[in-house]
Amino acid sequence: MTRRSLLLSPLSAATIHDIAAAQQNRTPLRYLTPAAASELEALTTQIIPSDTTPGAKEAGCIHFIDRALETFDRDKRQLYTEGLAAAQAKRAELFPQSTSLAALAPAQTIALLKAVESTDFFQLLRAHTIMGFLASPDWGGNQLLTGWAHVGLEHRMSFQPPFGFYDKEAR
Amino acid sequence: MPRYRPSDTVDFLVIGSGAAGGVVAKELSTAGFSVVVLEQGAWLKEKDFSHNEFAVSYQHALTNNPKLQPNTFRASASETAKVEQRYTYGRTVGGGTVHFTANYWRFHPNDFRERSIFGDVPGSSFTDWPITYDELEPYYTKAEQDLGISGLAGANPFEGPRSKPYPLPPLPVKSSGVLFERAAKKLGLHPFPSPMAILSQPYRGRGACTHCGWCEYFGCEMRVKSSTLASVIPMAEKTGKCEIRPGCYVRRIQTNNAGRVTGAVYFDSQRREVLQRARAVFLCANGIESTKLLLLSASNRFPNGLANSSGMAGKNFMWDLGAFVSGLFDHPLNEYKSVQVSRVIHDYYAADPKRGFYGGAGIDARFNWYPISFGLDALPPDAPKWGADYKKLLGHYFNHTFSTLSHTTSLPVESNRVDLDPTTKDAWGLPVPRLTYQLHPDDRKTLLWAQQRQIEIMQAAGATKIWSYPIDDIGVSAHLMGTLRMGNDPARSVVNRFNRAHDVPNLFIVDGSSLVTSARQQPTATIQALAYRAAEAAAARATKGEM
Ligand SMILES: Cc1cc2nc3c(=O)[nH]c(=O)nc-3n(C[C@H](O)[C@H](O)[C@H](O)COP(=O)(O)OP(=O)(O)OC[C@H]3O[C@@H](n4cnc5c(N)ncnc54)[C@H](O)[C@@H]3O)c2cc1C
Repeated sequence: MTRRSLLLSPLSAATIHDIAAAQQNRTPLRYLTPAAASELEALTTQIIPSDTTPGAKEAGCIHFIDRALETFDRDKRQLYTEGLAAAQAKRAELFPQSTSLAALAPAQTIALLKAVESTDFFQLLRAHTIMGFLASPDWGGNQLLTGWAHVGLEHRMSFQPPFGFYDKEAR
Repeated sequence: MPRYRPSDTVDFLVIGSGAAGGVVAKELSTAGFSVVVLEQGAWLKEKDFSHNEFAVSYQHALTNNPKLQPNTFRASASETAKVEQRYTYGRTVGGGTVHFTANYWRFHPNDFRERSIFGDVPGSSFTDWPITYDELEPYYTKAEQDLGISGLAGANPFEGPRSKPYPLPPLPVKSSGVLFERAAKKLGLHPFPSPMAILSQPYRGRGACTHCGWCEYFGCEMRVKSSTLASVIPMAEKTGKCEIRPGCYVRRIQTNNAGRVTGAVYFDSQRREVLQRARAVFLCANGIESTKLLLLSASNRFPNGLANSSGMAGKNFMWDLGAFVSGLFDHPLNEYKSVQVSRVIHDYYAADPKRGFYGGAGIDARFNWYPISFGLDALPPDAPKWGADYKKLLGHYFNHTFSTLSHTTSLPVESNRVDLDPTTKDAWGLPVPRLTYQLHPDDRKTLLWAQQRQIEIMQAAGATKIWSYPIDDIGVSAHLMGTLRMGNDPARSVVNRFNRAHDVPNLFIVDGSSLVTSARQQPTATIQALAYRAAEAAAARATKGEM
């Protein structure tokens, strides 16, 4: 079976308790400080941007990340802390006039992300953002099923054939 | 359901409640024997299942958790094995049948005598099975009828003779199936509706599939997937003779001085050690865990591990191999709806010496992606990984893509093996399985060759873009085959032609470990046919007082 993300999942395994805790109803931030959340969200917003359709921000991916760091991925906190600090340092280097990630223009954030693209921090942030966008909303992200709407997945317990264009055409 | 005391000596103890264990429990209890089934995982019910991809695929809600029960891996015996997850199996009552994709076809008659037909393959222990297709046929039929399988008899021109058609008609074709079928016919091939362990119509008190689409990796909330949990385990319960005991992690099979098994010791949910006594034991813990348990059950009398006087236990582990090729199409396929697979070909199944290597493949059209795995892994390698262009492709490709998966031969090779890691322990303090595996050169050639056939099919299907995955990335094995092979020669095999251990008269082993060759993978129908046959033979011995 060649499913890389299952093999190389950057996540650590949760206990049942973690899963239960992570799946509680949406609350305000539980692990991240509002300042850190706003800075991280500025990065996730360029990983899955909001353009003609909603992106990571509207889906609430930051809440998935907050849950992850609070519960099943608590051993990734240091990677986040250090990664965010390194991103801030990169920002200061590339854009000396800037004061925060949240205040960067989109093109600047993109340039910054390209500069850190190969780091473990970025790889995990990217994976978390995509997971937050596409996981079931129980995990804090994909709010209002934003991510599933984006890929065109209608979540129903029942469908009838034809399912798609070609099986319809073949009837 | 009866409750036996550990001090009660039950007729049969079954270790593992998966594909094989569930069948054995039903067969023995309906034959009137008292049975205790020890299952390490939980006994989940339909209400416990959900469409929560993150929980099942990334947090191991239904499968072995590598943090609690890790394994180690190395490519060859000269290396030190490292902890990295390399196999996955269902770890609940019902085992791998709860979350499997449910492709359910029979091995071909020639699979059982392929060594005689093809000849030797150097560097392998390729050999004929001790049984024939004809001997197994009645049990394939029994499995199909008992469990509830949907398919079209006669549609696969390469299948062996069958004594009965499938009990249920095939599931509806999907867009992937239509495209695959058209392409295959254009190429002169013989596509057929995929036989599936999923009910296309109501059957024996269970309803028909509603095509929600969440089958592979998930438990079915509708009781439509014909897992042992949904089908035969309830029949075992109904006998009043069979106790299913979840949360029991067996650490040792107990033997006496006469060399017979007397029961098994397990950790209960409080991690207390409990000995359950039994007159005979059926080991059905799967292609890796059964070997682990035999090796953990070494004693003065069985110094190399229980039932391992041959030294063969753990050898000839066969990996779940296959090439994966995806294609993009103009119109919406909406493949996320309904079961993962609707069309298959077996035209490339038979090995052909003219190719210059041993090997063959079954190929199916499928969409076994879900939103997260699609977002992380499914886009072509040249696609952007993040940003506006990534988002755009993600939105477009999800409903315009399907994939083909080949199930290729995996040669038995003695140095590809499972044993106990000398240092790493699991959360219960038991040594963990160590996997030593590398591709046989012919397996690698087969993968490359199959990948080319899949690309041709995608081209003939009119894909506007085609991409595939590196074949050397063998990933995590999900079909655990070999390690305790069947055979007539006690020096070269672990169980006899009825799955009884050569060394121990009242120990039976049936699960993926029994397989002598991999055929073309997707082994569950064959594992369950073997389980029906082994249970019948054991019941006959017990009835005659030969236990
Ligand atoms: C994602 C996925 C998709 C699949 N799709 C298909 C498919 O389409 N078609 C197909 O044919 N096959 C498929 N398979 C493979 C299929 O699941 C296995 O071939 C089958 O379940 C193996 O049956 P088994 O009886 O050998 O063992 P299992 O079904 O694995 O059962 C073994 C049971 O024993 C229990 N156990 C193990 N050790 C112990 C212990 N020490 N104490 C107590 N209990 C123990 C386990 O928890 C488990 O429940 C798929 C597998 C996966 C992971």
